[in-house]
Amino acid sequence: MEGTLNLVGYGLSAIGPGIGIGLIWAALLNGVARQPEARGMLQPMAFIGFALTEALAILGLVFALVL
Amino acid sequence: MTEWLLAETGYTPPGAGDFELPPFISGVSWATKPALLALLSVIIIVGFFTFAMRKRALVPSRVQFFAESAYAFVRNTIARDSIGEEYRKYLPYLVALFFFILVNNLFGLFPLTLFPTMSRVGFPMALAAISWITFLSIGISRHGFFGYFKAMMFPPGVPAYVYPLLAPLEFLSTVLVRPVTLSLRLFANMFAGHLLMLVFVLGGEYLIHQPGPVKIVGPVAWLFVLALSFLELLIQVLQAYIFTVLTALYIAGALADEH
Repeated sequence: MEGTLNLVGYGLSAIGPGIGIGLIWAALLNGVARQPEARGMLQPMAFIGFALTEALAILGLVFALVL
Repeated sequence: MTEWLLAETGYTPPGAGDFELPPFISGVSWATKPALLALLSVIIIVGFFTFAMRKRALVPSRVQFFAESAYAFVRNTIARDSIGEEYRKYLPYLVALFFFILVNNLFGLFPLTLFPTMSRVGFPMALAAISWITFLSIGISRHGFFGYFKAMMFPPGVPAYVYPLLAPLEFLSTVLVRPVTLSLRLFANMFAGHLLMLVFVLGGEYLIHQPGPVKIVGPVAWLFVLALSFLELLIQVLQAYIFTVLTALYIAGALADEH
Protein backbone atom coordinates (compact mmCIF):
# COMPACT_ATOMS: atom_id res chain seq x y z
CA MET A 1 0.00 0.00 0.00
CA GLU A 2 1.26 3.42 -0.98
CA GLY A 3 -0.19 6.84 -0.56
CA THR A 4 -0.49 9.60 1.94
CA LEU A 5 -2.51 9.83 5.11
CA ASN A 6 -3.41 13.41 4.12
CA LEU A 7 -6.18 12.05 1.92
CA VAL A 8 -7.77 10.21 4.86
CA GLY A 9 -7.64 13.50 6.74
CA TYR A 10 -9.26 15.24 3.81
CA GLY A 11 -12.00 12.63 3.78
CA LEU A 12 -12.67 13.31 7.45
CA SER A 13 -12.61 17.07 6.96
CA ALA A 14 -15.11 16.83 4.09
CA ILE A 15 -17.75 15.31 6.40
CA GLY A 16 -18.51 18.63 8.05
CA PRO A 17 -18.99 20.69 4.87
CA GLY A 18 -20.98 17.79 3.40
CA ILE A 19 -23.46 17.87 6.25
CA GLY A 20 -23.50 21.66 6.20
CA ILE A 21 -24.26 21.90 2.48
CA GLY A 22 -27.00 19.32 2.90
CA LEU A 23 -28.57 21.37 5.67
CA ILE A 24 -28.43 24.55 3.58
CA TRP A 25 -30.20 23.05 0.57
CA ALA A 26 -32.68 21.25 2.83
CA ALA A 27 -33.55 24.56 4.43
CA LEU A 28 -33.93 26.18 1.00
CA LEU A 29 -36.20 23.37 -0.18
CA ASN A 30 -38.31 23.69 2.96
CA GLY A 31 -38.59 27.42 2.57
CA VAL A 32 -39.50 27.29 -1.11
CA ALA A 33 -42.00 24.48 -0.50
CA ARG A 34 -43.77 26.54 2.14
CA GLN A 35 -43.63 29.81 0.24
CA PRO A 36 -42.78 29.37 -3.45
CA GLU A 37 -42.81 33.12 -4.18
CA ALA A 38 -39.91 33.65 -1.74
CA ARG A 39 -37.58 31.67 -3.99
CA GLY A 40 -35.94 34.71 -5.59
CA MET A 41 -35.02 36.06 -2.16
CA LEU A 42 -33.93 32.79 -0.57
CA GLN A 43 -31.81 31.39 -3.38
CA PRO A 44 -29.02 34.04 -3.34
CA MET A 45 -28.69 33.67 0.44
CA ALA A 46 -28.49 29.90 0.05
CA PHE A 47 -25.75 30.28 -2.55
CA ILE A 48 -23.72 32.60 -0.32
CA GLY A 49 -24.02 30.13 2.55
CA PHE A 50 -23.19 27.27 0.22
CA ALA A 51 -20.05 29.07 -1.01
CA LEU A 52 -18.87 29.75 2.54
CA THR A 53 -19.50 26.16 3.65
CA GLU A 54 -17.88 24.65 0.60
CA ALA A 55 -14.86 26.88 1.19
CA LEU A 56 -14.00 24.61 4.14
CA ALA A 57 -13.96 21.52 1.93
CA ILE A 58 -11.88 23.32 -0.69
CA LEU A 59 -9.39 24.54 1.92
CA GLY A 60 -9.17 20.97 3.18
CA LEU A 61 -8.41 19.72 -0.32
CA VAL A 62 -5.71 22.35 -0.79
CA PHE A 63 -4.04 21.54 2.52
CA ALA A 64 -4.28 17.82 1.82
CA LEU A 65 -2.42 18.25 -1.46
CA VAL A 66 0.03 20.96 -0.36
CA LEU A 67 1.16 19.94 3.12
CA MET B 1 0.29 3.12 -23.33
CA THR B 2 -0.45 -0.57 -22.86
CA GLU B 3 3.22 -1.21 -22.25
CA TRP B 4 3.43 0.62 -19.00
CA LEU B 5 0.10 -0.79 -17.94
CA LEU B 6 1.39 -4.31 -18.38
CA ALA B 7 4.77 -3.56 -16.84
CA GLU B 8 6.15 -5.82 -14.17
CA THR B 9 5.23 -3.34 -11.44
CA GLY B 10 1.53 -3.95 -12.09
CA TYR B 11 -1.19 -1.38 -12.36
CA THR B 12 -0.16 2.28 -12.35
CA PRO B 13 -3.14 4.45 -11.44
CA PRO B 14 -3.57 7.70 -13.41
CA GLY B 15 -2.52 10.80 -11.53
CA ALA B 16 -2.00 14.52 -11.82
CA GLY B 17 0.79 13.88 -14.32
CA ASP B 18 -1.77 12.80 -16.93
CA PHE B 19 -3.01 16.39 -17.07
CA GLU B 20 0.39 17.85 -17.95
CA LEU B 21 0.32 17.66 -21.71
CA PRO B 22 3.48 18.60 -23.60
CA PRO B 23 3.31 21.63 -25.92
CA PHE B 24 2.46 20.67 -29.48
CA ILE B 25 5.03 23.13 -30.85
CA SER B 26 8.28 22.11 -29.19
CA GLY B 27 9.99 25.01 -27.46
CA VAL B 28 6.84 27.16 -27.22
CA SER B 29 5.76 26.50 -23.65
CA TRP B 30 2.31 28.13 -23.87
CA ALA B 31 1.23 26.23 -26.99
CA THR B 32 -0.55 23.43 -25.14
CA LYS B 33 -3.86 21.69 -25.69
CA PRO B 34 -5.74 23.61 -22.94
CA ALA B 35 -4.60 26.96 -24.37
CA LEU B 36 -5.74 25.87 -27.81
CA LEU B 37 -9.08 24.71 -26.39
CA ALA B 38 -9.63 28.02 -24.63
CA LEU B 39 -9.00 29.84 -27.91
CA LEU B 40 -11.27 27.43 -29.75
CA SER B 41 -14.06 27.97 -27.23
CA VAL B 42 -13.94 31.74 -27.81
CA ILE B 43 -14.20 31.16 -31.57
CA ILE B 44 -17.09 28.72 -31.07
CA ILE B 45 -19.04 31.07 -28.78
CA VAL B 46 -18.53 34.20 -30.89
CA GLY B 47 -19.23 32.26 -34.07
CA PHE B 48 -22.38 30.66 -32.71
CA PHE B 49 -23.94 33.85 -31.40
CA THR B 50 -22.99 35.81 -34.52
CA PHE B 51 -24.49 33.08 -36.68
CA ALA B 52 -27.64 32.76 -34.58
CA MET B 53 -28.27 36.51 -34.48
CA ARG B 54 -27.44 37.31 -38.12
CA LYS B 55 -31.10 37.86 -39.09
CA ARG B 56 -32.66 38.88 -35.79
CA ALA B 57 -36.17 37.99 -36.91
CA LEU B 58 -39.16 38.89 -34.77
CA VAL B 59 -40.34 35.30 -35.13
CA PRO B 60 -37.05 33.53 -34.38
CA SER B 61 -35.65 30.61 -36.27
CA ARG B 62 -34.68 27.50 -34.33
CA VAL B 63 -31.06 28.56 -33.87
CA GLN B 64 -32.01 32.09 -32.89
CA PHE B 65 -34.53 30.75 -30.40
CA PHE B 66 -31.90 28.52 -28.82
CA ALA B 67 -29.38 31.36 -28.56
CA GLU B 68 -32.00 33.71 -27.14
CA SER B 69 -33.14 31.22 -24.50
CA ALA B 70 -29.57 30.56 -23.44
CA TYR B 71 -28.96 34.30 -23.16
CA ALA B 72 -32.27 34.83 -21.36
CA PHE B 73 -31.37 32.13 -18.86
CA VAL B 74 -28.25 34.01 -17.81
CA ARG B 75 -30.03 37.35 -17.89
CA ASN B 76 -33.13 36.36 -15.93
CA THR B 77 -32.17 33.62 -13.51
CA ILE B 78 -28.58 34.66 -12.83
CA ALA B 79 -28.11 38.39 -13.36
CA ARG B 80 -31.53 39.86 -12.61
CA ASP B 81 -32.38 37.61 -9.67
CA SER B 82 -29.00 38.14 -8.01
CA ILE B 83 -28.08 41.74 -8.74
CA GLY B 84 -31.49 43.41 -9.04
CA GLU B 85 -32.28 46.58 -10.95
CA GLU B 86 -28.75 47.47 -12.00
CA TYR B 87 -28.03 44.13 -13.63
CA ARG B 88 -27.75 45.46 -17.20
CA LYS B 89 -24.33 47.02 -16.68
CA TYR B 90 -22.77 43.73 -15.58
CA LEU B 91 -24.67 41.44 -17.94
CA PRO B 92 -22.04 41.25 -20.73
CA TYR B 93 -19.39 40.00 -18.33
CA LEU B 94 -21.72 37.43 -16.77
CA VAL B 95 -22.90 36.11 -20.15
CA ALA B 96 -19.34 35.84 -21.45
CA LEU B 97 -18.21 34.17 -18.23
CA PHE B 98 -21.04 31.62 -18.24
CA PHE B 99 -20.61 30.52 -21.83
CA PHE B 100 -16.82 30.49 -21.68
CA ILE B 101 -16.84 28.19 -18.65
CA LEU B 102 -19.69 26.07 -20.01
CA VAL B 103 -18.07 25.40 -23.40
CA ASN B 104 -14.68 24.76 -21.84
CA ASN B 105 -16.20 22.32 -19.35
CA LEU B 106 -18.13 20.51 -22.08
CA PHE B 107 -14.83 19.97 -23.89
CA GLY B 108 -14.18 17.40 -21.16
CA LEU B 109 -16.84 15.10 -22.65
CA PHE B 110 -16.78 16.12 -26.31
CA PRO B 111 -15.14 13.17 -28.15
CA LEU B 112 -12.79 15.24 -30.33
CA THR B 113 -11.34 17.29 -27.47
CA LEU B 114 -11.77 15.13 -24.34
CA PHE B 115 -10.00 17.49 -22.02
CA PRO B 116 -11.66 19.98 -19.66
CA THR B 117 -9.69 23.21 -20.00
CA MET B 118 -10.50 24.17 -16.43
CA SER B 119 -8.63 21.15 -15.07
CA ARG B 120 -5.49 23.26 -15.52
CA VAL B 121 -5.61 25.53 -12.51
CA GLY B 122 -4.35 28.62 -14.35
CA PHE B 123 -7.58 29.11 -16.29
CA PRO B 124 -10.00 29.23 -13.33
CA MET B 125 -7.46 31.34 -11.43
CA ALA B 126 -7.45 33.95 -14.20
CA LEU B 127 -11.26 33.95 -14.33
CA ALA B 128 -11.51 34.28 -10.55
CA ALA B 129 -8.97 37.13 -10.64
CA ILE B 130 -11.13 38.99 -13.17
CA SER B 131 -14.22 38.47 -10.99
CA TRP B 132 -12.27 39.52 -7.89
CA ILE B 133 -10.99 42.74 -9.46
CA THR B 134 -14.49 43.42 -10.82
CA PHE B 135 -16.36 43.18 -7.54
CA LEU B 136 -13.67 44.96 -5.53
CA SER B 137 -13.50 47.87 -7.97
CA ILE B 138 -17.29 48.10 -8.12
CA GLY B 139 -17.41 48.25 -4.33
CA ILE B 140 -14.63 50.84 -4.11
CA SER B 141 -16.09 53.05 -6.83
CA ARG B 142 -19.52 52.83 -5.21
CA HIS B 143 -18.62 53.42 -1.56
CA GLY B 144 -15.11 54.88 -1.75
CA PHE B 145 -12.02 52.96 -0.62
CA PHE B 146 -12.45 53.34 3.13
CA GLY B 147 -16.22 53.33 2.89
CA TYR B 148 -16.21 49.97 1.15
CA PHE B 149 -13.85 48.31 3.60
CA LYS B 150 -15.72 49.84 6.52
CA ALA B 151 -19.00 48.51 5.16
CA MET B 152 -17.39 45.12 4.58
CA MET B 153 -15.62 44.75 7.93
CA PHE B 154 -17.98 46.61 10.26
CA PRO B 155 -21.54 45.71 9.29
CA PRO B 156 -24.11 47.65 11.30
CA GLY B 157 -26.41 46.02 13.82
CA VAL B 158 -23.67 44.02 15.54
CA PRO B 159 -22.65 44.59 19.18
CA ALA B 160 -19.35 46.51 19.39
CA TYR B 161 -17.48 43.81 21.32
CA VAL B 162 -17.91 41.35 18.44
CA TYR B 163 -16.05 43.58 15.98
CA PRO B 164 -12.49 42.51 16.96
CA LEU B 165 -13.48 38.97 15.99
CA LEU B 166 -15.78 39.80 13.09
CA ALA B 167 -13.74 42.43 11.22
CA PRO B 168 -10.69 40.27 10.38
CA LEU B 169 -12.92 37.32 9.54
CA GLU B 170 -15.04 39.39 7.18
CA PHE B 171 -11.94 40.85 5.58
CA LEU B 172 -10.39 37.40 5.09
CA SER B 173 -13.56 35.84 3.75
CA THR B 174 -14.23 38.64 1.27
CA VAL B 175 -10.77 39.53 0.04
CA LEU B 176 -8.84 36.27 0.33
CA VAL B 177 -11.18 33.29 0.58
CA ARG B 178 -13.58 34.37 -2.18
CA PRO B 179 -11.15 34.35 -5.14
CA VAL B 180 -9.38 31.22 -3.88
CA THR B 181 -12.56 29.19 -3.47
CA LEU B 182 -14.03 30.54 -6.70
CA SER B 183 -11.09 29.27 -8.72
CA LEU B 184 -10.42 26.08 -6.81
CA ARG B 185 -14.06 24.95 -6.78
CA LEU B 186 -14.15 24.97 -10.58
CA PHE B 187 -10.65 23.49 -10.86
CA ALA B 188 -11.20 20.71 -8.33
CA ASN B 189 -14.52 19.65 -9.83
CA MET B 190 -13.18 19.46 -13.37
CA PHE B 191 -9.91 17.83 -12.30
CA ALA B 192 -11.50 15.23 -10.04
CA GLY B 193 -14.27 14.43 -12.53
CA HIS B 194 -11.83 13.85 -15.36
CA LEU B 195 -9.49 11.85 -13.14
CA LEU B 196 -12.40 9.63 -12.09
CA MET B 197 -13.15 8.87 -15.74
CA LEU B 198 -9.46 8.15 -16.37
CA VAL B 199 -9.38 5.72 -13.46
CA PHE B 200 -12.30 3.75 -14.87
CA VAL B 201 -11.11 3.84 -18.50
CA LEU B 202 -7.52 2.83 -17.75
CA GLY B 203 -8.61 0.39 -15.05
CA GLY B 204 -10.93 -1.30 -17.55
CA GLU B 205 -8.12 -1.44 -20.08
CA TYR B 206 -5.81 -3.03 -17.52
CA LEU B 207 -8.41 -5.61 -16.50
CA ILE B 208 -9.19 -6.62 -20.07
CA HIS B 209 -5.53 -7.45 -20.64
CA GLN B 210 -5.43 -9.77 -17.63
CA PRO B 211 -5.42 -13.54 -18.17
CA GLY B 212 -8.39 -15.54 -16.92
CA PRO B 213 -12.04 -14.74 -16.23
CA VAL B 214 -11.25 -11.39 -14.61
CA LYS B 215 -11.31 -10.03 -18.20
CA ILE B 216 -15.11 -9.77 -18.00
CA VAL B 217 -14.89 -7.02 -15.41
CA GLY B 218 -13.14 -4.66 -17.86
CA PRO B 219 -16.19 -3.89 -20.00
CA VAL B 220 -18.22 -3.42 -16.82
CA ALA B 221 -15.81 -0.65 -15.82
CA TRP B 222 -16.38 0.93 -19.24
CA LEU B 223 -20.14 0.77 -18.70
CA PHE B 224 -19.51 2.71 -15.51
CA VAL B 225 -17.72 5.34 -17.60
CA LEU B 226 -20.95 5.78 -19.57
CA ALA B 227 -22.92 6.32 -16.36
CA LEU B 228 -20.25 8.63 -14.98
CA SER B 229 -20.33 10.78 -18.13
CA PHE B 230 -23.91 11.76 -17.34
CA LEU B 231 -22.87 12.74 -13.82
CA GLU B 232 -19.97 14.68 -15.34
CA LEU B 233 -22.32 16.47 -17.75
CA LEU B 234 -24.47 17.56 -14.81
CA ILE B 235 -21.44 18.75 -12.84
CA GLN B 236 -19.99 20.63 -15.81
CA VAL B 237 -23.16 22.63 -16.38
CA LEU B 238 -23.66 23.12 -12.64
CA GLN B 239 -20.15 24.46 -12.08
CA ALA B 240 -20.52 27.00 -14.90
CA TYR B 241 -23.80 28.08 -13.27
CA ILE B 242 -22.34 28.27 -9.75
CA PHE B 243 -19.30 30.28 -10.85
CA THR B 244 -21.52 32.82 -12.61
CA VAL B 245 -24.09 33.01 -9.81
CA LEU B 246 -21.39 33.58 -7.19
CA THR B 247 -19.76 36.30 -9.31
CA ALA B 248 -23.16 37.96 -9.67
CA LEU B 249 -23.77 37.69 -5.92
CA TYR B 250 -20.36 39.17 -5.10
CA ILE B 251 -21.10 42.08 -7.44
CA ALA B 252 -24.50 42.47 -5.75
CA GLY B 253 -22.80 42.47 -2.36
CA ALA B 254 -20.39 45.19 -3.49
CA LEU B 255 -23.30 47.28 -4.79
CA ALA B 256 -25.45 46.90 -1.67
CA ASP B 257 -26.33 50.24 -0.14
CA GLU B 258 -27.79 49.24 3.19
CA HIS B 259 -24.89 50.59 5.27
